[in-house]
Amino acid sequence: MLIAKVIGTTISTIKDEKLKGRKLLIVRQTDETGTPYGKPYVAVDTLDAGVGDLVLTAHGSGGRQTAITKDSPVDAVIMAVIDHLAVAGEVVYRKE
Amino acid sequence: MKIARVIGTTISTIKDEKVRGSKLLILRQTNETGEFIGKPFVAVDLVDAGVDELVLTGHGSSARQTYQTKDCPVDAVVIAVIDHLEVDGKIVFRKT
Repeated sequence: MLIAKVIGTTISTIKDEKLKGRKLLIVRQTDETGTPYGKPYVAVDTLDAGVGDLVLTAHGSGGRQTAITKDSPVDAVIMAVIDHLAVAGEVVYRKE
Repeated sequence: MKIARVIGTTISTIKDEKVRGSKLLILRQTNETGEFIGKPFVAVDLVDAGVDELVLTGHGSSARQTYQTKDCPVDAVVIAVIDHLEVDGKIVFRKT
């Protein structure tokens, strides 16, 4: 899984029928302290995450193991919203 | 599999029901001597690994071949804690 920050949402009318009703969020990978880097990607949100939240995303076939994404044409899913991150025993991120 | 070092932990209240109770560790891949390379990722801990330990991680659909992670939305698991690494006949890492 990757740590990622939610930076936006995508809206589309024309999409695969299995994606209808699914919330697709734009996220960017972060380092272990929650600082974003790299390119954005899109993940299905199953947990009602919001912009600014730090989340965990599962990729590949792992992204299709939730009740919401089973057998769907998706390759990334948000499977946890992070409360806090601890590195070397110190809390480096805490959800506001 | 990859050699990785545990650098921290993630805590989340809101998460997919299939990963409730799973310990999620932050890791960074290392080279064959235990030096960091690459970016952090998160994996389910199956072996009660601790921060700073060198471990082996399984990725992709292989990560769901354990009893604990079967059919779960995860793509990485910690499957072993490394005692020592040997390269070219020399011990290059030993667990302290």
